[in-house]
Amino acid sequence: MTTHFFGDTAVLLGRSGRHITRSLDTVITVSIMPIALMLLFVYVFGGAIDAGSDHYVNYLLPGILLITIAMGISYTAFRLFTDMRSGIFARFQSMPIARSSVLWAHVLTSVVSNLISLVIVVLVALLMGFRSGAGVLAWLAVAGILVLFTLALTWIAVIAGLSAKTVDGASAFSYPIVFLPFVSSAFVPTDTMPGPVRAFAENQPVTSIVNTIRDLFAQRPVSGDVWIGLAWCAGILIVACALAMVTYHRKIT
Amino acid sequence: MKVGQAQEPAIHVRGLEKSYKTLRVLRGVDFDVARGGVFALLGSNGAGKTTAVKILSTLLKADAGTASVNGFDVATQPADVRESISLTGQFAAVDEILTGRENLVLVARLRHLRHPGKIADELLDRFSLTDAGARKVATYSGGMRRRLDIAMSLIGNPPVIFLDEPTTGLDPRARIEVWQAVRELADQGTTVLLTTQYLDEAEHLADRIAILHEGRIIANGTLPELKRLLPPAKVEYVEKQPTLEDVFLAIIGDDGAAGNAGTDD
Repeated sequence: MTTHFFGDTAVLLGRSGRHITRSLDTVITVSIMPIALMLLFVYVFGGAIDAGSDHYVNYLLPGILLITIAMGISYTAFRLFTDMRSGIFARFQSMPIARSSVLWAHVLTSVVSNLISLVIVVLVALLMGFRSGAGVLAWLAVAGILVLFTLALTWIAVIAGLSAKTVDGASAFSYPIVFLPFVSSAFVPTDTMPGPVRAFAENQPVTSIVNTIRDLFAQRPVSGDVWIGLAWCAGILIVACALAMVTYHRKIT
Repeated sequence: MKVGQAQEPAIHVRGLEKSYKTLRVLRGVDFDVARGGVFALLGSNGAGKTTAVKILSTLLKADAGTASVNGFDVATQPADVRESISLTGQFAAVDEILTGRENLVLVARLRHLRHPGKIADELLDRFSLTDAGARKVATYSGGMRRRLDIAMSLIGNPPVIFLDEPTTGLDPRARIEVWQAVRELADQGTTVLLTTQYLDEAEHLADRIAILHEGRIIANGTLPELKRLLPPAKVEYVEKQPTLEDVFLAIIGDDGAAGNAGTDD
């Protein structure tokens, strides 16, 4: 059956792709909250925040991008949950297809829809005065990090989507993840935070990822943060993916 | 396994058991389904019908007992079983966001068939859905959805089809549409295993009926055989009153809109 894995995944990806293009509102809703936060922080709080950056939006954008992804993956969980609830999931499972392709199609769809949301947010940031002299390679590196972060969070979303009992449960898991960037270097430099908060902020995944993306945008050489950030993403990805697979196999047998 | 596939039963179930925690849903189920024709698994809610279908369609593992479909063991040869079956679950297994035609093309592609578009168009025509083919399934009526569901199950001509409560929640007219589709299927030689809680449905459609009660098959036979289990019928003369269903269908004008022309009796 594995011989059909790629073909089956492609067919199912085409199906989810249609779901996204026919409910573009989900992609837009995902972008609205990060854009609102960006407006709020740049035009309301931004004047009082000394981030030592030329334009606060330049400082802010990396964190906003991570929040966008955290928002986006709740739809991944939602789509998977609705599929599980409807008979179509049972139909796929009773057909001679590569069984894991049902899951992979959802994961790849999550990456594609998050990339669309990210592009929308970056375009709004450009309108608000975001500027970067980063070259193609730096942009590709940023995209690579964001895709890796999306994949890591998507597998968490898969666990939630597979094990949730209600629609609310399927999407509520993302709230803590959305909140993480607030206690990081995403909005303000960590050195003004009191001891324990600062210790948490500097040692959680978001800070190292945000710092790396910020360095790439600012054309600064990236610090060791890049490896810490990548290690966090890879670690979360591996653990969440393994747990999701276990949950999935328990679910379908 | 030496026996040719044509001779062995399409479905063979022996001593099937399944419990959910302390709830014993199936307590040793035995039955055989011969090739061709409609076999009804009749039982009230919670009798274990859906559990039995899930085990036979490889969605669930049995705790004990054996089951084979089309000569393949569901536990050890699940991939071969999946090649041989189609499942139409209790809730219409259709994608609401896609159009009817896209649903059919999707299944044809997943079954790795050539010319999925052509297959889809033929089935739309056969199930009188051509006009609705380009519409999102979310706009379909219950009967149309079920017909599409059954059409999706026919793709690739699997020899065995499972229909889990195909008419639950349908209005009388849609129910007749589904019955007709099932009948046509059986006439073409497909083996249909149908679960239902409606006695008239089993009576109307099935060649053989097994009654599943509290996790066991308590009766199994053709309708005349089952009727012989009771004392011979007493002859009584009653005035034939139209049933409410007759009245309902007559006044809404069951004019064959669903492709069942010729039933205007």
